[in-house]
Amino acid sequence: MNSNLRWKAIFVAAVILLCIYGLVGLPDFPTSLTTVKQNLSQRIHLGLDLQGGTHLVLQVQVNEAVRQETNQRVAQLYGMLRDKNIASDQPIAVSDTQIKVSNLAPDRISDFRSLVSDSLQDWDLTAAPGEVNGYLLTMKATVVSAIQERTLDQSVSTIHRRVDQLGLREPVIERYGQGDNEIIVELAGEGDPTQAKTIIQAGGQLEIRLVEDPHPYASQAEALAAHNGILPPNTELLPGKNEAATGSTGDSSVWWLVSNHAEITGRDLRTARAQRSTERPPYYAVGFNLTTDAGRRFGPFTESHIGSLIATILDHKIAFSPATIQGRIDDSGQITGTFTEEEATDMALILEAGALPASITYLEERTVGPSLGADSIRHGVQASLTSLIVVLIFMVVYYRSAGVNAVIALLLNLLILLAALAYFSAVLTLPGIAGVILTIGMGVDSNVLIFERIREELRAGKSPVSAVDLGFKRAFLTIIDTHVTTVVSAIFLFLFGTGPIKGFAISLTIGLVANLFTSVYVSRMIFDWHLAKSSQQSELSI
Amino acid sequence: MEPGEASRCLTGASSTIMEFFKQTNIDWMGKAKYFFALSGALLAIGIVACIRNGGLSYSIDFKGGTLITVGFAQPPSVETIRHNLEALGLGDNSIQSVHDISNPNANQLQIGLPVKSEGAQALDEGKTTIIKALNQSYPPAPAGKIDINTATPSVLTEYLTSKDPLSLGIAVGDRYTQIAQQITSFRDNKRSGIIKDLVDLSNSGVPPQAVTSLQSGFYTGPFGEPTAEIVGPKVGAELRRQAVYVTLYALAGMLVYIAIRFEWIYGVAAVIAVFHDVLITLGLFSLFHQYFEISLTVIAALLTLVGYSMNDTIVIFDRVRENNRLMRREPFADIVNRSINQTLSRTILTSGLTFLTVLVLFLMGGPALQSFSFALVIGIVVGTYSSFGIAAPLVVAWNRWQGPKVAVSSGSAAGNKPGSPKRVTA
Repeated sequence: MNSNLRWKAIFVAAVILLCIYGLVGLPDFPTSLTTVKQNLSQRIHLGLDLQGGTHLVLQVQVNEAVRQETNQRVAQLYGMLRDKNIASDQPIAVSDTQIKVSNLAPDRISDFRSLVSDSLQDWDLTAAPGEVNGYLLTMKATVVSAIQERTLDQSVSTIHRRVDQLGLREPVIERYGQGDNEIIVELAGEGDPTQAKTIIQAGGQLEIRLVEDPHPYASQAEALAAHNGILPPNTELLPGKNEAATGSTGDSSVWWLVSNHAEITGRDLRTARAQRSTERPPYYAVGFNLTTDAGRRFGPFTESHIGSLIATILDHKIAFSPATIQGRIDDSGQITGTFTEEEATDMALILEAGALPASITYLEERTVGPSLGADSIRHGVQASLTSLIVVLIFMVVYYRSAGVNAVIALLLNLLILLAALAYFSAVLTLPGIAGVILTIGMGVDSNVLIFERIREELRAGKSPVSAVDLGFKRAFLTIIDTHVTTVVSAIFLFLFGTGPIKGFAISLTIGLVANLFTSVYVSRMIFDWHLAKSSQQSELSI
Repeated sequence: MEPGEASRCLTGASSTIMEFFKQTNIDWMGKAKYFFALSGALLAIGIVACIRNGGLSYSIDFKGGTLITVGFAQPPSVETIRHNLEALGLGDNSIQSVHDISNPNANQLQIGLPVKSEGAQALDEGKTTIIKALNQSYPPAPAGKIDINTATPSVLTEYLTSKDPLSLGIAVGDRYTQIAQQITSFRDNKRSGIIKDLVDLSNSGVPPQAVTSLQSGFYTGPFGEPTAEIVGPKVGAELRRQAVYVTLYALAGMLVYIAIRFEWIYGVAAVIAVFHDVLITLGLFSLFHQYFEISLTVIAALLTLVGYSMNDTIVIFDRVRENNRLMRREPFADIVNRSINQTLSRTILTSGLTFLTVLVLFLMGGPALQSFSFALVIGIVVGTYSSFGIAAPLVVAWNRWQGPKVAVSSGSAAGNKPGSPKRVTA
């Protein structure tokens, strides 16, 4: 054996050992068959379609966060105009990203301009169409997309914090798709996603707002009528429970007119916990503490609004009847209502994990029952093994010794493919198994191409050594072309495909690269070794 | 097949070899008009089927809606279930039993609902209602008992820990978690998700005391944990759009690669052939629309067949490129014929083996892979045929149209520059 060949053999052996180690040698060094099995099942991650579980696609309503930002700026602008004694109509939000200020005192317009350029750099100032002294502030597009982006990232981390507390196995929560503000949540082994879904979707958007009109109304129309058909600026109507109504007979919702910006939001909470309600035993309440910063704002606010009503708003609904501010509140409060202990615990979990910066809607929900997953994997594995065995037997019968080359190359190909899946912690899905089967097909093709070419060269009268050499050389060009073409399409599948298509593309790409190595490099090495070993240079069993 | 001139006795071989195909000498290009006629007929069948059936039948992935798959202990009464669904306002349901060749006693039903307009109600309302209707189709559960067939491991663990049938006391550790997992894995892997009798649990290797304890707190529900797919209207449309783009991008990528490696007409011919394969396969999906529907996985299969057909075409083109250099003086059609004949045994061996592989997948792969493997079974036959029946004749026709003889300009071994074909005077 020449030294070149020896180095090749050592390299191939090292690859084999590395793959085996990667598959079954981690995380604990295997000492028994059970640890081997355990390691294997830890290294190869099965997709939800194979192990059962829930897959959710949800969309974040990012424009809500933009709207909220606009509303806060409206309040800020109003305060600043008052402080500087610039007379104008009250600023109003005319869309998610626009604020209008009408009827500015003409002599103060330059003051107004410098105020905007100093304090509202994120906004473009233009004259309001059709108004003499009216101005329109429009949020810059870059700022809008930054808010949307941030909202999406915050949603992902908030959902992560919530789901983590449910104690599920390796939940996957990440952004999904291209630019539609979607998030994917995958919960392995979770057959019934109801609880998880409720906890994820609960906005947990806690807001404390001032009530602008002390009377509740039975309907939106009634509330509008009471204000001559137009709501006062910067207020909105929100539904709340009618605590006076009993049972299911009465209309259980009432409408309150509240300020459209929050004094306190979920972000201002330091802690939240379930506790027995002091006001309404035996129900539970959620007690919370404010951050120091929020306390510093809330203290003066409550002091200056003693006697006013404030409403606790959860996810755009008034959680319970608004309460009168009795005195200065600095630090802590309680959300009372008719919660059971479980509900209060869930809500405290949600509040503490942080509010979703915007509400979410579900677009897609897939639950694979555990038995279907088990069925699929059994079918897939059985089919793969059967076809593999048939192919291997055929190769040995048809190509004899060279067929053994092909068998070694194909098995090694599978080994590398599985080890690579483990190494990249890729997920093996049902289409992924199909990708594995296609890899077997391509592997067979490469071997057949090479062997047929060698046979052709032998037929043409070449010696075995040069026939093998020419066969590999000529077939290699074809193999490169076919493989690159397929990899090109697999890359497109990976980049633009989702879910099952992606899993398929991953298996296929890894399999094809492994195939180039095994059917060309390893198989050639075995041929060379065989030719070098055989005393009569003329023998080749193909 | 005509026997070729090459001998079967190979120089240097120690004994006779196994060979199905001797060198053949078939005039493939002479039969091009028959191939075109055959393809035309196949495409026409697909178009007619498409028109008659109103297009293709899409799976829930693309059309949206709700699809619940649920396994029953006994063959379910579809009539009762349909009646109860209607009573709950789901008159537009579709109920199908699942045909699983390898597991005929699965008693599985698929209950589907069409997609609802967005935002009208919670996404999973249909699912909740279907499960309600299923429960109404069976006698109510024994009071205070838990259904073993829908119980999660945590429910079982909680029950066993509170009853402590093995009297482990504080030394319990995670013993009951283990037992719970043993039970669910026995139910899901060995019994297709349904335990018909609690006594059967003793076959799972669980201690008998635990089985006895479970018998007093559990009952065997009539159906197992359902598999649910709910796709909102927006997602379906988006996925459909995406699938088309992905396919077109992949085709464009291949066209560019072949154009660089060969010449642009080769790329165009290969892409036309692949298009032809996809259209014929889709036509057959339309013809058998009641059995197979287009899902995301089928898109993966179509892309596989694109890759496979391309692979086959390239093997032939590669040989044409090589022979063109060796036999410049011969008519181009003869060179192509020779190339197809030379690669024929490889083509038939590879296609045969791959066909066998996907056939096994089709027969044994279970319902989840049925449409996928159907696409591949068709695709491999059509893809192999289109390489010599469509792609090669197209290149020959183009060359004939261009002039008396146009050959691939032979550059370096690795390939040629893209550009207009070079005229070679004979």
